[in-house]
Amino acid sequence: MYKLRDKYAITGIGNTEYSKFSGRTVRSLATEACLKAIEDAGLTVGDIDGIVSFNFNDSAPAIGVATEMGIENAGYAVDYAAGGNGANLITLAAAAAIEAGLAKNVVCFRAMNGRSGFRLGGGRDMSAYGVTQYTAPLGWITYPQAMAMWARRHMIDYGTTEEHWAEIATTFRANAVRNERAMQRTPMSKDDYYNSRFIVDPFRMYDICLESDGACAVVITAAEHARDLRHKPVYIMGGAYGGGPTQGDDLFDAIRWPSHSHNCFKYLADDLWGSAGIGPKDVDVAEIYDCFTYSVLMALEGLGFCKEGEGGPFVMDGRIAPGGELPLNTHGGLLSEAYIHGFNHVIEAVEQLRGTAGVRQVEGAEIALTTAGAMTCGSAMILRN
Amino acid sequence: MFQPTAYAKPLPVPDPESTPFWDGMREGHLMLQRSSAGEYLFPPVTFSPGSLERPEWMEASGKGTVFSWIVVRHPVPRDVYADEVPYVVALIALEEGCRMTGNLVDIAPEDVRAGMPVEIVYNRVTPEITLPAFRPAKG
Repeated sequence: MYKLRDKYAITGIGNTEYSKFSGRTVRSLATEACLKAIEDAGLTVGDIDGIVSFNFNDSAPAIGVATEMGIENAGYAVDYAAGGNGANLITLAAAAAIEAGLAKNVVCFRAMNGRSGFRLGGGRDMSAYGVTQYTAPLGWITYPQAMAMWARRHMIDYGTTEEHWAEIATTFRANAVRNERAMQRTPMSKDDYYNSRFIVDPFRMYDICLESDGACAVVITAAEHARDLRHKPVYIMGGAYGGGPTQGDDLFDAIRWPSHSHNCFKYLADDLWGSAGIGPKDVDVAEIYDCFTYSVLMALEGLGFCKEGEGGPFVMDGRIAPGGELPLNTHGGLLSEAYIHGFNHVIEAVEQLRGTAGVRQVEGAEIALTTAGAMTCGSAMILRN
Repeated sequence: MFQPTAYAKPLPVPDPESTPFWDGMREGHLMLQRSSAGEYLFPPVTFSPGSLERPEWMEASGKGTVFSWIVVRHPVPRDVYADEVPYVVALIALEEGCRMTGNLVDIAPEDVRAGMPVEIVYNRVTPEITLPAFRPAKG
């Protein structure tokens, strides 16, 4: 279990524009986000001695970004091979590295040309090795296709319906409309949702997240130094990463998964809440990894905001909207802000806890949850101001 | 040279773990591994879970029920699947206790139901490769 409660803080945040076509190298996107985060913290490049990222072979290596930034001695430079599960994992790892004395200030980033370059949601190699030899030859190839299989099972087990997903998609879009960073700022009605075409049943187009070019970065600093910096520190109360007994070779390796009506969050919930010393009722705002509408339900259920199977009814009647009991994805999420692999969720959580989220601000927000991942492995953090 | 009949969809690349499975498919047998604890395994592995014991290969019944399924309507890659959509991919709960993947055939996508009994069909796509498919069980 993560044992560094409140000892480390997010002191800086930075991001590029989110677009469909950056026209730039991924490395330059990463460098821009990192330098902005360092400046936002009130630090200089000379203060940074650690850099951590995660990627799917679709990004710039941490040492390349360190070089472009002009870091004198990046003593701790690590790239995690991770997908949607990575965003909180690398942030927790940065805190652990500082605790171990490997670095003093660590910048964490995720950068991708996810629309104009390598498209995660697109096709794969036409030769199917490893576990994909039992999936790709059947035409089961993309992430929407992978996760639609889970979503269907949740419908079978618990009577979850498209009505629940429509509520999530339209709530997040309304949040994005109020967010100047968001890629999708056109209002979406329930009718718009129902009229969007089916991509892979049971998913319609609006159940599926965006594809984006862009980068996000945060700076992690020890709490005792964080208090002297530019912004009110956002402390990492707790965190957890991992999943269940069959995390498998890759995200398609879920044929053996015990029950497709719950995902990794059921398995990391106890560590997450235990590390932070709080429970679901203490959370003021949550930024949930929403690669698909349904994945929001899996996180809410797995982390104990409601019982397994009750996520659908839970999200109805304004509970997850601004002013509701648990405002979710106040930036619009992966569904409507941008797909920076969940790292944009961390940025938004920090804005909410600093009180700088403008028209999106959740009044009096003190504790935020961020999650990353949707299937067999994931990560999550509890942040506070 | 342009080969109009060339098979354009992804093909499995058999490996030391999966070769007996794909050999069985080609010969019209569903071969599954069974651990020393009596548990059937899919996908194929080298070792039984949590041990260095080798599971044994057994012929399975090819019968099961639909555990979950998807209907692919948007083809990816488009040039490969444009003429195939809509098609159904399912997770099948096999009689032996494990799950496996397969296309569902001989049924309209809207008629698929959870729990419906199915049986295996051998879908020969190249001289080397036969893919698993399932159809509604007869009788």
